[in-house]
Amino acid sequence: MSKQAVFNVYRGSQEGGDFQEFTVPVEEGMVVLDAMHYVQGFLCPDLAVRWNCKAAKCGSCSAEINGKPGLMCKTRIDDLPIESPVSVQPIKSFPIIKDLVTDVSWNFEMNKKITPFTPDNEDVSSWRYYQEDVDRVQEFRKCIECFLCQDVCHVIRNHEQKPKFVGPRFMVRLASLEMHPMDRVDRLPFIKEEAGIGLCNITKCCTEVCPEDIHITDNAIIPLKERVVDEYYDPVVGLLRGIGILPKRNKKKP
Amino acid sequence: MTSYNTKYETHTHDVVVVGAGGAGLRAAIEASSQGLSVALVCKSLLGKAHTVMAEGGVAAAMANVDSADGWQTHFKDTMKGGKFLNNWRMAQLHAQEAPDRIRELERWGAVFDRTPDGRILQRPFGGHTYRRLCHVGDRTGLELIRTLQDKGVHSGIDVFMECTLTHLLKDGDRISGAFGYWRESGRFVIFNTKAVILATGGIGKAFKVTSNSWEYTADGHAMAYNIGAEMIDMEFIQFHPTGMVWPPGVKGILVTEAVRGEGGRLTNNKGERFMQNVDPERMELSTRDIVAKAINREVKEGRGSPHGGVFLDISYRGADYIKKKLPSMYHQFMELADVDITKGPMEVGPTTHYTMGGLRVDPESQQTNIPGLFAAGEVSAGMHGGNRLGGNSLSDLLVFGRRAGLGAAEFAKATQQFPSINDADVEKAIVEVSEPFERDKGESPYAVHRDLQDLMQNKVGIIRKEAELHEAVTELQALKERARVCSVEGSRQFNPGWHLALDLRSMLIASEAAARCALQRKESRGGHTREDFPEYDAHWSTVNSTIRKDGDAMAVSTSPLPEMPSELKQLFEEAK
Amino acid sequence: MSDSLQAMKSTPLKSTQGWITFRTDAWWVEPLLTLIILGSFGMYATWAALQGVNYQWGPYLSPFYSPNLVEWFPQWFGSWPFSPAVLILPFPLVFRATCYYYRKAYYRSFFTSPPACAVDITGQAPKSPLALLLGQGKGYTGETAFPLILQNAHRYAFYFAALFIFILGYDAIKAYVWTDGFHVGVGSLVLTINVALLGLYTFSCHSWRHLLGGCIDCFSCDKMTQVRHKAWERQSLLNEKHMQFAWASLLWVAFSDIYVRLVSSGVWTDYRLF
Ligand SMILES: Cc1cc2nc3c(=O)[nH]c(=O)nc-3n(C[C@H](O)[C@H](O)[C@H](O)COP(=O)(O)OP(=O)(O)OC[C@H]3O[C@@H](n4cnc5c(N)ncnc54)[C@H](O)[C@@H]3O)c2cc1C
Ligand code: SF4
Ligand code: SF4
Ligand code: FES
Ligand code: FES
Repeated sequence: MSKQAVFNVYRGSQEGGDFQEFTVPVEEGMVVLDAMHYVQGFLCPDLAVRWNCKAAKCGSCSAEINGKPGLMCKTRIDDLPIESPVSVQPIKSFPIIKDLVTDVSWNFEMNKKITPFTPDNEDVSSWRYYQEDVDRVQEFRKCIECFLCQDVCHVIRNHEQKPKFVGPRFMVRLASLEMHPMDRVDRLPFIKEEAGIGLCNITKCCTEVCPEDIHITDNAIIPLKERVVDEYYDPVVGLLRGIGILPKRNKKKP
Repeated sequence: MTSYNTKYETHTHDVVVVGAGGAGLRAAIEASSQGLSVALVCKSLLGKAHTVMAEGGVAAAMANVDSADGWQTHFKDTMKGGKFLNNWRMAQLHAQEAPDRIRELERWGAVFDRTPDGRILQRPFGGHTYRRLCHVGDRTGLELIRTLQDKGVHSGIDVFMECTLTHLLKDGDRISGAFGYWRESGRFVIFNTKAVILATGGIGKAFKVTSNSWEYTADGHAMAYNIGAEMIDMEFIQFHPTGMVWPPGVKGILVTEAVRGEGGRLTNNKGERFMQNVDPERMELSTRDIVAKAINREVKEGRGSPHGGVFLDISYRGADYIKKKLPSMYHQFMELADVDITKGPMEVGPTTHYTMGGLRVDPESQQTNIPGLFAAGEVSAGMHGGNRLGGNSLSDLLVFGRRAGLGAAEFAKATQQFPSINDADVEKAIVEVSEPFERDKGESPYAVHRDLQDLMQNKVGIIRKEAELHEAVTELQALKERARVCSVEGSRQFNPGWHLALDLRSMLIASEAAARCALQRKESRGGHTREDFPEYDAHWSTVNSTIRKDGDAMAVSTSPLPEMPSELKQLFEEAK
Repeated sequence: MSDSLQAMKSTPLKSTQGWITFRTDAWWVEPLLTLIILGSFGMYATWAALQGVNYQWGPYLSPFYSPNLVEWFPQWFGSWPFSPAVLILPFPLVFRATCYYYRKAYYRSFFTSPPACAVDITGQAPKSPLALLLGQGKGYTGETAFPLILQNAHRYAFYFAALFIFILGYDAIKAYVWTDGFHVGVGSLVLTINVALLGLYTFSCHSWRHLLGGCIDCFSCDKMTQVRHKAWERQSLLNEKHMQFAWASLLWVAFSDIYVRLVSSGVWTDYRLF
């Protein structure tokens, strides 16, 4: 018989659950999502799995594989130690619905709190800005909303700070707006207070798991923290801005 | 407004949009901006719709890079690419309005790649005369959907995620609502509404090798067909020339045309650039139907790559350039296939990609033949004729999504009273959806789906023959019966087996329509190739195939193409 | 599949396996190494700083004792009863302690908050007492409460650190100037590499990246922002290596002190290259 791998897949719901073992034949180049599809197709048709693109583009298939948050469609089985069973479970930071599917609606609520892109010049055909102005922003806009960073962030995962902290995904979104050359809204008060940027202790787990390779901590969170420092903690910058040596922030209240 | 009873919940909205891809989101934004209450219903989470996968770009004659471009050229390219089977009016509106739709996206926060003078950059693509595709690296669809999503959630639209609709409801002749279930709980939902916009995408999941996601099960086609809407041109299915062929798990995943747009070269195992013999002028950037067939021939005649494809090489452009312009392709091959495309060629072969056929709509308002039922995006038909040009889908979503939103809003405003929901129809729907649980000894829906995919791939695939199409039609009847009696395990709570059992019925309708239309059309054109009728045919160039439900049977026939007005015809004369 | 039914037997994992984490890789190696190296450095630096002797030899000065306060300002520090390093080291210490990279490193290894990704120190799991500084569970305050809110002053520590680079640069140059003219000893090179690594570490700082250009929204808008964009772009390349520079400079600065100390106490001999 061909090569096989054993998967311990979490099966359960709000009422509780447990791991169930499935043996799956392994083909070259197979990913964990293929294994879950095999389970659905041949062993357990009602195994709940969320997925769409199977090409790491939609961010639906987030799970924890051998304890590590990752996309199932991007995790190659040849990269896993299949001598022993591989555990597959739903992402931990969000309430389970069934099996590998969790309720991530909280993220959509957080997004709604963020003031959207607001330019002050509506005449788009007159806009001129250059690649160098948007390289940073484009990195952030690569985000596929897999919410793996939200899952792994200990502020959310271990300290249950959901009400006070929007999480790395939305720090990335805030950074993409804050650094957009055409945007004119001041989101720093929001970033400091409601978004809770001070709760992040820059331990970089979000960056470690991001499948889009966004440097969340270095390029989004730390630069935002520095902007918050400018605004709230650095008396010298305040003074220099006050007497006009440094330019004032060209931003309006949301 | 929402009400509950033991069996289902009822929501009331002026307009219900089914599908949250580019078309659905754009339609919802438009309808809501008209001051109406709008529900946006989708099978997966918001922002995950198929549109997110689009890579290469969105076509619009902005003339930022090639100043000679204009809507007339875009229109001509679209008609030529569609082998003149397009609805001319849709092609015209599309070419004229696309640039405004792009500017609007930028106004809403989309960040496209820039030209050196600070405008939106455009890249070349197959079948487009000029550099026309606005893009963001190779993740244009993501940019588009995220922008619309962020715009949408601040527009007061009520979003119903992971909610699958299965039935449209009518009050007399016109639409009155829709019926479906929450995927999470299996609970039933009814929407009472004045107008429905279908934006449910394509049918690609009926095929084995496909770039499409599980959502592409033709629900919109089937729901509309079941209440009497007319479909056209279902034989026209685009096989994208370049999908991954290896390893087995990723077979079918798309390799964006942008690879060729950026200069990628196709070669066979002899190292020949075989497109030289097929279309020496446009080479790799010929239209998709032509390139796909050329690749198919190379492979069939033994000049293919080790894993049954051909080679596509971009590595000569240098690692930095590739990583900047095609980052997700680079990662896709690196991570899924252990191939470094900056160092060597990738192996590619055709994959099912897009459905040109679909619901017949009015070009101005996107209304179907059912009053109050609108359709936009891939589920609608006419815009692309016999073959779609790359990049023309995303622009189609924006242009006609907006028009559908407007059309539905006008229709809803003109409707004083909410139409009524017929209880008997609801009861019938509930019975139909619950059936799979009633049987316990039936077959697994997965098995039926596998056989359907094999059948469609082998007999209604890229090259078709009379005899095989006949067989396909017969075998589809057998599959329909198997699907009717398949059974599912477990509860109604997030149960993919059950979902598939229901989706299967939709796929079977679309598959049958494709097979029957393919059998009917005795010629080869665009996405429809008959081995036994390899040429264009004068008669078939003047008609659309049509599909309607006739009792329990599927009635397939033809209808004349709308005549292009002389001033547009002139455009083609001038070119000669 | 003939054995499909057989494959469906259910064997629950022992729940204790998920007590801290389900990770099966050696996630504890990195925080442990950090703990050992940073801890050893801390102990060595404290010890060396308290010595007050053997920090100078020939033209060499240990970086722990730079600037040479006693020599430069004898009127103020000549009678300072303790080791001068006690006055100097707090500056680099605060700089490193508030450094964005080191924060990551010690919050993980010393604070176990978290020790590694998806390793859950909650409930019964053993946690570092230092974790209390960040607050625990629902009382977690991160860097919003005293004392950790002071991390926000990192840029001020950077200003001093930048000053130190010039002083250490001066020391490094001086290390080639012997009483008998210009010569290169191994120690000269050690101190040169030291200032180079410290310079790379210091100027790859995130705060500096922000001040250089990160704070600008529109790079193309005028001449000044264009110049700053170029600078920011270059600095960003260094910034990506900030962690590597942090470790290299840390180890090397300790080595520089060891070198001067051992040469000065006669254990090692400084070779003169020319
Ligand atoms: C890999 C790939 C790359 C592509 N690249 C390009 C490109 O570069 N340029 C281009 O122009 N085109 C491209 N296309 C084509 C283009 O992306 C699609 O045609 C287009 O996105 C379809 O959009 P849509 O709005 O019609 O539907 P989709 O975006 O597919 O959305 C369908 C929506 O309908 C919902 N839905 C379906 N059924 C139901 C139901 N029963 N109940 C409730 N909701 C339902 C789904 O949940 C989803 O939200 C590409 C396609 C693929 C697959
Ligand atoms: S760096 Fe901050 S946001 Fe990212 S995981 Fe760590 S604490 Fe969370
Ligand atoms: S930032 Fe990265 S990890 Fe977080 S949601 Fe986006 S893609 Fe996923
Ligand atoms: S299925 Fe889309 S990211 Fe995995
Ligand atoms: S961030 Fe490390 S020194 Fe400033």
